[in-house]
Amino acid sequence: MNTNSKNNNLRSDIREILNSENKKSSKESSPPKTVTVLSCLLSVQDNFHYIPDEAIEEIADFMDKTINDVWGVASFYTNFRFSPPGSYSLDICWGPTCHISGAQEILRGIHKKLGIDTETETKDGKISLGYSTCLGACAQAPVYAIDHHLIGNASVENIMDTIKELK
Amino acid sequence: MSEVFNKLVSKVKSQDFDEEILIRVGYGASGQAAGSIKVYDWLTNNFKSKGEIRLVGALGLSYLEPIVDIKIKGKPRVLFSNVDVEKIQKITDEYINNQNYLKEYAFAQILQDGEELLDNIPELKNFVPFKYQKRIATRNFGEINPESFDEYILTGGYKSLDKALNSLTPENVLEEVKNSGLRGRGGAAFSTGIKWSFLAGNNAPIKYVLCNCEEGDPGAFNDKGILENDPHTLLEGLIIAGYATKSSHGHIFIRQGHNIPIENARKAVKDAYDNGLLGKNILNSGFDFEVEVSLTGDSYVAGEETALMEAIEGKRSMPRFRPPFPAQAGLWGKPSNINNVKTLSYVPWIIENGANEFKKIGTEKSSGTAIICLSGHINNKGMYEIPFGITIKDLLEKVGGGSSTGKGIKLLQTGGPLGGVLGKEAFDVVMDFEEMAKAGAILGSGGIIVGDQNVDVVDLIRNLVAFNQFESCGKCFPCRLGNTHMLDILDRACNEKSIKGDLDVVKKIGENMKVGSLCGHGQLGYNPISSALKFFDQEFIDKMTTFTIRDEKSKIPKMILPTRTRP
Repeated sequence: MNTNSKNNNLRSDIREILNSENKKSSKESSPPKTVTVLSCLLSVQDNFHYIPDEAIEEIADFMDKTINDVWGVASFYTNFRFSPPGSYSLDICWGPTCHISGAQEILRGIHKKLGIDTETETKDGKISLGYSTCLGACAQAPVYAIDHHLIGNASVENIMDTIKELK
Repeated sequence: MSEVFNKLVSKVKSQDFDEEILIRVGYGASGQAAGSIKVYDWLTNNFKSKGEIRLVGALGLSYLEPIVDIKIKGKPRVLFSNVDVEKIQKITDEYINNQNYLKEYAFAQILQDGEELLDNIPELKNFVPFKYQKRIATRNFGEINPESFDEYILTGGYKSLDKALNSLTPENVLEEVKNSGLRGRGGAAFSTGIKWSFLAGNNAPIKYVLCNCEEGDPGAFNDKGILENDPHTLLEGLIIAGYATKSSHGHIFIRQGHNIPIENARKAVKDAYDNGLLGKNILNSGFDFEVEVSLTGDSYVAGEETALMEAIEGKRSMPRFRPPFPAQAGLWGKPSNINNVKTLSYVPWIIENGANEFKKIGTEKSSGTAIICLSGHINNKGMYEIPFGITIKDLLEKVGGGSSTGKGIKLLQTGGPLGGVLGKEAFDVVMDFEEMAKAGAILGSGGIIVGDQNVDVVDLIRNLVAFNQFESCGKCFPCRLGNTHMLDILDRACNEKSIKGDLDVVKKIGENMKVGSLCGHGQLGYNPISSALKFFDQEFIDKMTTFTIRDEKSKIPKMILPTRTRP
């Protein structure tokens, strides 16, 4: 497949997602749905796990906004990412409860084990490492999450064990 | 009770709920993090033919998660703590097959009418720390399946809505809430009744009531907790708020990625529509109200009331200039009102039991309860609904069970990253809005992080400032630059060496942020440092007036921080 038709496919997929956004709002007697630039971005990221450049243009077109408007929103919220993620997401919490329970040491240890030193993908593309401001399970601190599934009492060892079990 | 509502209740009651064996597995964020899903999977794979297995919300006793609650017909409910796959096999073998309840695993029981108490296990209502609670907003936690509309109805749910809509006027409802002394639980502690009256006084045809469940405060998990455990209580409160303020639309506003609260809220709203509790002519009262669940991206400032409206409108969540105030022109330029999840969750109880009953609980100026999230170096971590008026010492010792590390408690961090730090000298302070503020911290949304003697105060404050720096929306430069500078200075103090005058510079920046920022994020950004200086100034002086390069041993390494900051 050449890049052009690949691109067209991606665009039509994005348009389909955006159109289904609108459908939800027109259905009667169900909860109303407000469609905004932000809700479109969230739907695209839910489906693709990142925001392709093409989506920015399609959303601008769909919402009758400029590309700048859409970029402005997309770059503001820190959950949006603009390159494809690894197969699994690993989020490690650095909130204050996790901080006093040793989150920084865990982050340093995980960096060493994964061979990366910031929020990024591992070389084999298996893991996307992220730092979370709070995962909301402070009672089980330190906490981490694999693909948004929370796991408590984290240590470098048990995080690595969990990663090894992922196929 | 109105005829329509009566019909609805009898329809629900006509179903058969009497299972031989009912097993409830706690599944909130805490239960999930503790591994309850493995236990649930094991049960559904191995036990499904013998009994009903349900995922329910959490009791709030996070330190005992995963909690499994087994009810055999005719016997009390028995609660087992810290259950894993190995334990659940033993429990099912011994208790369900042989009627031998394992008292080494069981920690409490819940008695219903006519049942006989089992020996050697306390009743849940007498169980420490559970017994210090007065559960109002959290009354259904762990009792009902959060996804089940029917179970909520069976506990008396939506009775208050029916009462409000069909036997009270909007003015009566507003008066009742005003008289109850209910104050906002999101942090500002403003009277809910007075706030509602601003909106009620506006006669516009389209008005919004917004429920804020952004909850970005690290250390607080009670808003999400309510949606994880009992979304209908919140929804009922929201509809009543809509009625009292004569509004037409409601929004429940949640941060993306918190999947259990989002799914529960959506399911609750859908069920309410299906049963005629939302939409047109609710319960035949002539009142129309629409509710939508709106999601936001990750942004802490989106929890600020005008920034929240920007986010619902799909823009960057930056605070607006006031005036106009939300009650004049809010969401989409229409009059709006915003309440926190916890605030709204008290409303059904107040309507059912009356303002006076609510006023009886708590202190004179802070009526009712606080929903406290205890975490950090404390034994009984979890979420507790405690009447105002308890001293911090009692909260830590009696409810919290003291330090979990055996090193003694040094400090509390309360009110989120814009709140403060309290040292030992403040442990006699009574917990209510005014007293906490006087002591230098705020109660805020109820998150309390406990630190033991080993916690380095400057390092902890550095973490809070790093959070504030990361989350500043960037609109006002005192906040955007001030937090960055303060973080630099604190990093220096922890890491290499301080520069002469650093402490004075921090103080100056803090004062400027207070007066030069549009919203609380900048205005309160200096709070953690100022409150910490009140109790632990010596530690700051030690670190920030040492101008020699630190040796490797005393260095606390530079903080690892996210790279995806706002451009």
